[in-house]
Amino acid sequence: MTSPLQITSRWWRTRLRRAAPWLTLAALLAAWQAAVVLHPRSLIPGPWPVLLGVVELAKKGLLFKYVLASLFRVTWGYLLAIALAIPCGLMLGWYRHCEYAFAPLLQLFRPISPLAWIPISILWFGLGDSAAIFLIFLASFLPVVLATMNAVRNIDSVHLRCGRNFRLSEAQLIWRVLFPAVAPQIIVALRIALGVAWLVVVAAEMIAVNSGLGFLIVDARNAGNRYDLVLAGMILIGLIGLILDIAMRRLEKLPSVQWGYIGAK
Amino acid sequence: MSNQAVQARTTALETRLRVANLNVTFGEGEKAVNVLQNITLEVGAGEFVCLLGPSGCGKSTLLNVLGGFLKPDSGEVVIDGKPVLGPDPRRIFVFQERGVFPWMTVEGNIGFGLFRLTKEEQARRIFYYVNLVGLSGFEKAYPHELSGGMKQRVEVARALAVNPDVLFLDEPFGALDSITRLIMRRELLRIWQKERKTVLFVTHDIDESIQLADRVLVMSTRPATIQRVVDIDIDHPRDISSRHYLDLRDQIFEQIGLAHKV
Repeated sequence: MTSPLQITSRWWRTRLRRAAPWLTLAALLAAWQAAVVLHPRSLIPGPWPVLLGVVELAKKGLLFKYVLASLFRVTWGYLLAIALAIPCGLMLGWYRHCEYAFAPLLQLFRPISPLAWIPISILWFGLGDSAAIFLIFLASFLPVVLATMNAVRNIDSVHLRCGRNFRLSEAQLIWRVLFPAVAPQIIVALRIALGVAWLVVVAAEMIAVNSGLGFLIVDARNAGNRYDLVLAGMILIGLIGLILDIAMRRLEKLPSVQWGYIGAK
Repeated sequence: MSNQAVQARTTALETRLRVANLNVTFGEGEKAVNVLQNITLEVGAGEFVCLLGPSGCGKSTLLNVLGGFLKPDSGEVVIDGKPVLGPDPRRIFVFQERGVFPWMTVEGNIGFGLFRLTKEEQARRIFYYVNLVGLSGFEKAYPHELSGGMKQRVEVARALAVNPDVLFLDEPFGALDSITRLIMRRELLRIWQKERKTVLFVTHDIDESIQLADRVLVMSTRPATIQRVVDIDIDHPRDISSRHYLDLRDQIFEQIGLAHKV
């Protein structure tokens, strides 16, 4: 039997767990404010001016415009990348010859940071959206290809045998057995890739274009040390990244991929 | 048991599966391991045959050859007068429950092999086999929500749904606990008596083979040969404490070279 005392303590524990992130946030804001008050000559503004900075951006119409510009680039670069990466990864894992031919090349490109491609992307595409989209494409393509390829290689052969036993054609086997069998791992890779894409868009926008949240940050600094806007930009980037990640996590809740995460929990 | 019943069972069977002088070797040169040696056997239509042998003796290899998943080095497998060249939906392999597709519901799994049929026919068969294996109410459940025994039922239902002539079962109940295993044996017999498929059932469990099979093929250790064929002439449901059952069991124990004292 549970005593009333246990029930109340459990009630408090749940409460506390829910409140924990907000308490940390409040403490952080307080520490930030305190630091600003203690060092009045620092260029870093306190939380309140930063919030006003966000409002200012919204009033000028820049907030919406820049967020949209960044999301636009990420969407295109990312979608193009995964539309190519998933079939490529399936093929590389499925056909051994393809893997032997391309895997060393992929491993060679993998350690090259997408940012190292900035000069080449500008050379090829000039300053503008295409260069940024190209960089995001590069950043999201490789992790998805490699994860898909490895997932296919490690598929439980029993499932393929079952598929063959029911005389599925090769295309059916890939669509009805191979793809669903690797879907949980692909979804994890997609989430990681979107995170990387969001990191890269900021860097790309600092150099290749004159809109977007990355541009906002360099521009605010160059145009008179507006560190309130720099911080506003950073916080917006963080918030949107968080929302994107939460959205991707929802994919992991699909009933047909649940099985893939059970052992991992 | 009436003599007529025995008569009917042994004579009414036409040969469904014939294996002649089958040899399988793994590896090459000095490392070559002779796995199956000169296997010859016949299985009648509707017959329930157990391949019994110690772990690693090659009985699963034999089943893989029969299923068309592995090419023998010599010898041939003939089913219904035609040589086996590869896997075929008329002969379905059932694995330990891990053959169930985890990304599909019970319904999806059972209907997996029915894609050539009309939607109505698919729905009809799924409904029928869900009921036959006792899973009604679980149609929309995913395998990870089911117990091991239930997953095994799903796999058996998926195999039966395509109406195969032959079922190959490779130690299907090996991963189940002993109580569930007993229940599943009874269930399998009930389904087999209803559908009368030809069944080849691989096991290393002597009791399991005597409880299930019409005939038990006792295999030796590697290279596997068929040491002996034991007819289990007891009607179902079998009394597993009867004199005759125990005699048959003793014979097999002796054949395998085990005194049945622990």
